[in-house]
Formats: sequence, C-alpha cells, structure tokens
Amino acid sequence: MRSATILPYIKNGPPADIRELARAHRGVERRRAGGALLLIAPTLVLLAASFLIPILMMLSRGVSEREVPAAWPRTTEALRAWDGEGLPSSQAFEALAEEIPASREAGTLSAAANRLNYDVAGYRSLVTNTARALPLPAGEPARQGLVRLDARWGEPETWATLKAAAGPLTGFYLLAAVDRRPGAEGIERVPAERAVFVGVFARTFEISAAVTLLCLLLGYPLAYLLASAQPRTANWLMILVLLPFWTSVLVRSTAWAVLLQTNGVINESLQWLNLISEPLRLIYNRTGVLVAMTHVLLPFLVLPLYGVMRGVPADLTRAALSLGATPLQAFARIYLPQTLPGVSAGALLVFVLALGYYVTPALVGGAGDQMISAFIAFYTNQSLNWGMAAALSIVLLAATLALMALYARLSGVRELTGR
Amino acid sequence: MKRPFETPVGRAARYAYWGLCAGIFAFLVAPVLAIIPLSFNSTAFLSYPLSGVSTRWYADILASGDWLAALRNSLIVAVATTLIATPLGVAAALGLTRLSGVLRASLLGVIAAPIVAPVVVVAIAVYFLYAPLGLTDSYLGLILAHTVLAVPFVVIAVGAALQGFDLSLMRAGASLGAAPHTVYLRVVLPIIGPGVFAGAVFAFMTSFDEIVVTMFLAGPERKTLPLRMFEGVRDQVSPTITAVATLLILTSVVLLSAVELLRRRGEKLNG
Repeated sequence: MRSATILPYIKNGPPADIRELARAHRGVERRRAGGALLLIAPTLVLLAASFLIPILMMLSRGVSEREVPAAWPRTTEALRAWDGEGLPSSQAFEALAEEIPASREAGTLSAAANRLNYDVAGYRSLVTNTARALPLPAGEPARQGLVRLDARWGEPETWATLKAAAGPLTGFYLLAAVDRRPGAEGIERVPAERAVFVGVFARTFEISAAVTLLCLLLGYPLAYLLASAQPRTANWLMILVLLPFWTSVLVRSTAWAVLLQTNGVINESLQWLNLISEPLRLIYNRTGVLVAMTHVLLPFLVLPLYGVMRGVPADLTRAALSLGATPLQAFARIYLPQTLPGVSAGALLVFVLALGYYVTPALVGGAGDQMISAFIAFYTNQSLNWGMAAALSIVLLAATLALMALYARLSGVRELTGR
Repeated sequence: MKRPFETPVGRAARYAYWGLCAGIFAFLVAPVLAIIPLSFNSTAFLSYPLSGVSTRWYADILASGDWLAALRNSLIVAVATTLIATPLGVAAALGLTRLSGVLRASLLGVIAAPIVAPVVVVAIAVYFLYAPLGLTDSYLGLILAHTVLAVPFVVIAVGAALQGFDLSLMRAGASLGAAPHTVYLRVVLPIIGPGVFAGAVFAFMTSFDEIVVTMFLAGPERKTLPLRMFEGVRDQVSPTITAVATLLILTSVVLLSAVELLRRRGEKLNG
C-alpha cells in the first residue's frame, strides 16, 4: 500500500503542484531574507562609510609610501624603473633637481624630507639644504650639480633609500612597529636607543594581563555572591555593579585622579589614621593605572560571569558535599570547572578592551605607563607620521581580531553581542 | 536563612567572604560617590572633611562661556546621534530577527565590531578620512562618527527585546487585515518599546560620554563637555571639574535608572 503511493514519485519525481509549492516557498523565503537585508542595509552603509572603509584606508597607509611619490612624482617614476644597481640614470637626477624646488613651493617638501629622515638621520637637512641651493646654474648637468651641493647625492646608499621611499608598497613602517628595519643584509634590529615599540607592546600586554588578573580576583567572588543571593537581594546588589558601569570612563578616571592625588582623599585618610606619615605616590605611575583600569573594567567581567554562574545547578555541589568532599574540593572540582566558560569569556573581553585603552592611562598614568594607543595618537597628532600610526594600528587591530575570534569560538557570536 | 550544620570555621569563612565582597562593592561604588560631595566644597581643596557647603563651582560652570559652549555642543551632537542611530538600529534589529544561521551571526558581528574595536584606531581612521573632506571641527563629522559607535548598542537593546517577541503576533495582525506598516506600528513597536527606549538612551549616552573620537575630530569650535573636561583634568583637577563630573554622573544615573525600571517592569509583565 505504502509502496504503491511512493512509487510514482520515485519514477516521475514529485508531482507538479508540490514542486510549484516548493518553488513558491523558496520565493517567500528569499523575499523574507531580501526584506531583512533591506532593513539592515542603512546601518551597513553607515558602518561601511564611517567605520570599515576608513579603517581599511587608514591601514593601507601602514604599507604604502605616500610622501615621496606625492612630492616628487617624476623622480619616483624614474626610480621605480631603476634596477637599484649603482647610481640611477641622469633622468632621475634631472627630475629630482627640478622637483625639489617645486615641492618646496607646493609645501610637500618637508613631509618627504621627514620620511627620508626616518630611514637615515641627517637626510632631512640633506634635502632642505639642497632645496635652498637649487636651482642649479643654467647649463650645469643635474648629476654634477647635485653632487657638488652635497657629496651624498653621489652615493648609491642615498639613492637606494630614496628608491625604497618611492614605494609604492613598503614594509618600512610595519618593520619599524616591531623595532626592525631593512638593512644591507636583510632585516635588522634598529639601534637600541631608537627601539621603543616592542617595549610598548610588551607593556600594553603586561598592563592588560595584570588588569585582567585583578578583575578575575575581585570579580569571581562578587559574581558568586550575586548568583547565589536571593533574587531580590541580587537585584539590589546588581545596582552597585551597574552604577559604575553606567558612569563614563572619563568620569571614573577623573574620580581616581582626584582620590589618588598627593593631597587626595586616600592619602589624607591614611595620614589621618596614622597609617602612613608621608603621602604615598599613587598617581601618575603604574599603581594608578592598575587601580583605575581594574575599576573601569571590572563590570565587564562580573556581568558575563554572573550570567554563567546563574545557570550552574546548585545540587551538583551539594551532592559532592554529601559524598564527603570538603567545601574546597567541591569548589575546585565541581563548581569552578562549570564556571570556566564565563571566566574565559569575561577575562578575554576585559583583556581585549584593556589593550586599546587610552583615556585612563593618559589621566592617571606616568610617561612610563602609556599604552600603544597613546603612541598611535602621538604619531597622528604631534609627530604627523601617519604611516607609523597606521602600522601600529595594524598590529593592535590584528591582536584584537585574533582575540575576538577566540572569544567568539569560546562563547558563540550570540553571547558576544547579547547582554 | 537557618544554617543548622554550619561549623564555627564555616561561619567565620562566610563572614570573611561577606567582608571581602563588601570591600569589593565599596571599591566599585565609592570612587563614583566620593566625588559628588567634593563638588560642593566651599574651598578649592579636593579632600575631606569639607570646609563648608557651597554651590560656587556650579555657579562657575554657569558663568563660564567655555563650559556652556561645550555643553551646547555635547547636547547638539548627542541628540542628533540619538535621532539617527535609533531608527537605524531598530530597523537593523528587526531585519536581523528575520535572518538565521551564518548570515545573521556574521552581520551581527560586523554591526557589533565598533564596540570592541580599539577606539583610537577608529578615531584616527575617521580623522584621516574626514580631514581632507573638511568634516573635522564640524557637527556633521562628529554626529556621523558617534552614530557608528552608538548604533550597535541600539541593535543589541532592541534585539534583546525582540528575543521574547512572538512572531506569530505579526502573522495574526496580518491575517486580521493589517498592512505591514500597521503591524509594525500597532503590534511590534508597543511590545519592543522599552527596548527601543533603552537603545535610544544607550545611543545618547554613548555620544554624550564619547571622548577619544571627539578628541581627534572636534576642533577648537566643537569641543564637547567630556573633551573640555579631559583637557581640564590633564591640566589640573579643579573643583569645577568635580562639579561637571557630578552632573555627568547624575545624567547617566537618571537616564539608565529609567531604562532599568522599564526593563524590570517588562520582566514582571512577561512573568
């Protein structure tokens, strides 16, 4: 009986009306998805225009040369055609001799001179002095004239540096971001007195790790209290976590700057209690940064951990206790393992957020406590070395993305965005 | 609660644990609360005991064109950001609920990215793009940049409200003859209303508190309250700054308490 009804389908496929129904269903589904995308589209357009594309454009600065090609386009062209052996053609010399004064008029000279100076100290003055002496007297060949102005124009190393700076692509900034530079025999370390970034990255990771650890130490007992309290009590206690969470990072950092000052509340109270005789130095050093950042980031650990702990059944721990485990054993072998997803998610979140911190170290840290973001800001605002700022951003963003990918693995993307 | 089987050691451990938690709660809350009375100190000392109570630092803010201009800029940018980010976020959240699987997860990931991206990276990226376009030192530039940072919070808040939402209600509305926009206005919106309100508040607070992107984009004419305050703290913490901080704390507490109250009421209504 059953085979009799199925057989025609096997022979001829489903009848036309079922196929039509399926097609109609797929159409409805497609329209549904299309409508959904239409609703999301405006947000995506905004994100693309004001987040994704700007970031990609900025990152591209970290791997491309802009200053020299912008200032001296014809020289750039001649140098890109040159094979890099010995000295370039006289065309390159002529182009440079004409374009240096022209770029001075156009205001692009100093950026190019600075770019060359990142590579070899002293090239800024080489270029600016040459610019002042140009143009050459009529009839003097460019090669002869430039070498007469400065002998360095007759050295292959000068032109090799210039060719490297002519781009279009460069590993110069990325190498500099890890204290390396292209040398005669491959990649070499920069001299010790110019090596800063590896140290800054190490410091950034160090501070983030310390803050994460402190948040775990303070956050775990707190989350446990919230999860094990009666719902009414937990609701009230939650306000104590949410109040600082709602207050802006700037305000909380400011509050710490006020409290930790030499004549601030904490020092005055400790002196009043006769616990110390001299004010402690609590601000503009690592102590201040760790205290303030732990305070700012603690709720980011407590909230996800609380969520996980609330889902841990209490009877398993009780069973362990009734079977003779000590409270410590029951905690370490039964309870703790069940909360590890919350621990890892919260700790990763705190660590990632800490990596990019800028405002708090700027307000309560000293010169030796500034994290990588401060250097990115410095190269953007003060030193105007945008290639360097971009290269440092690439490293920071790569670390962030790798950790977030790990986070998404651990907790699932839904939890990443769900509250 | 009765604890008939508790040993003396166990009781001591419990009290020690409670003491520890009280200390951690104090660490969380005290700094925020301690700054408020200091703003009412009658002298310029930022320590206790207060020498007397006065509102002179608040009068300072009102008398200073600088602070008032910053407040005005902050309000203009934050209100505009809220007005743009809220509808965008609501639409995106409604769209996301209709999707599923990898597409939904990846779109959500993209939309939430501004929350975890290092804010300095976002700031300089936008700055490099806006500077040649003349969008620095302008309201438009600030509003656009803040909206990007604010939209994810709206999407998350509305998305959370939609999680408990029964999609068959929409079909019921449609089967009773309501046009799609009528269903949205009369069925969907009233139910997710608290979520939309929460999203709008988050959007406002994101912009109103934002400092790093503002630091790069706002020129001398468009300084916001947090930026003005940041510069002040870097220079020297004055009592006026504690007064501004107090006002900012009050703003967040009032707005976010409203959100929390609505949320809890909603939880009760849903059982």
